[in-house]
Amino acid sequence: MDGIINPAADSWTLAGRVFHSRLIVGTGKYRDLEQTAAAIEASGAEIVTVAVRRVNLSDASAPMLQDYVDPKRYTYLPNTAGCHTAHDAVRTLRLAREAGGWNLVKLEVLGPPPHLYPDMAATLEAAEALLADGFEVMVYCADDPVAAKRLEAMGCCAIMPLGAPIGSGLGIQNPAMLSMLVEQATVPLLVDAGVGTASDAAIAMELGCTAVLLNSAIAHSPNPVLMARAMKHAIEAGRLAHLAGRMPRRLGADPSSPLAGLIR
Amino acid sequence: MTTTITVNGETRHVAPGQTIADLLASLGLDIRKIAVERNQAIVPRSRLGATQLAQGDALEIVHFIGGG
Repeated sequence: MDGIINPAADSWTLAGRVFHSRLIVGTGKYRDLEQTAAAIEASGAEIVTVAVRRVNLSDASAPMLQDYVDPKRYTYLPNTAGCHTAHDAVRTLRLAREAGGWNLVKLEVLGPPPHLYPDMAATLEAAEALLADGFEVMVYCADDPVAAKRLEAMGCCAIMPLGAPIGSGLGIQNPAMLSMLVEQATVPLLVDAGVGTASDAAIAMELGCTAVLLNSAIAHSPNPVLMARAMKHAIEAGRLAHLAGRMPRRLGADPSSPLAGLIR
Repeated sequence: MTTTITVNGETRHVAPGQTIADLLASLGLDIRKIAVERNQAIVPRSRLGATQLAQGDALEIVHFIGGG
């Protein structure tokens, strides 16, 4: 049975919790909450990212995310989207912890549009404050091996570099750098941002990433539920290809059929 | 006399002696799904009923919504 891998047994551990799906999905940008729930179901994800925002005071009876995406079934991962300072990010996640009672969070401190590139100085500052306050911090970051190593040494539980700018769908623009990040990582290393379609997710997994976090690639597809299924399979395919190992590349042909026994 | 406070950036007037829990009830909010910050400090759920609103308080009341 050499080399036969049972995908169901291929788990990963994040902050002491065991997960089987290597796809984390966002819950934003969907047409409505019904579509959000259907796409998440189809993706097979066990962890979903959520944002923290002011409640609508004029309509307290408006449907809430928790009514459609059950926090008992899915691990909620509160994010700091929209935060451009360490102070705002820490404040947001303290509110998230109070609202949901969860310590596991996704930290992102962003630079301005149009790039929304991770502000690493502010990210390091926020990570330090959150770790000191008992949070388990998954951190969105630049594909910077020096910063990544520092975040890991501080105690972040997952390092999450971008593959391309948030919401760009440009795919994995930095395979060489991601490979180096994968190689040095001793905690889960996820691609967070940039995936545009299923093959991008597969490439991230083939490079050896632990998992992939994405939102727009599913939510902005004309058929989010079908794309969610595609992503599920792409993540599994990429993971299996990584475990199997790719053949060597060669500059030239190598016939697949034997040359012996050709008719003359 | 009323107490003037700010809730999610909006000015509101409440009766003196009102607690945060009273305010949340009057807004129709389910306290199990929200978190409250008062003057930039978290008010734990267990303290909402005991925390009286004071003149000039700034509250943020948040919940989870879809996000990436």
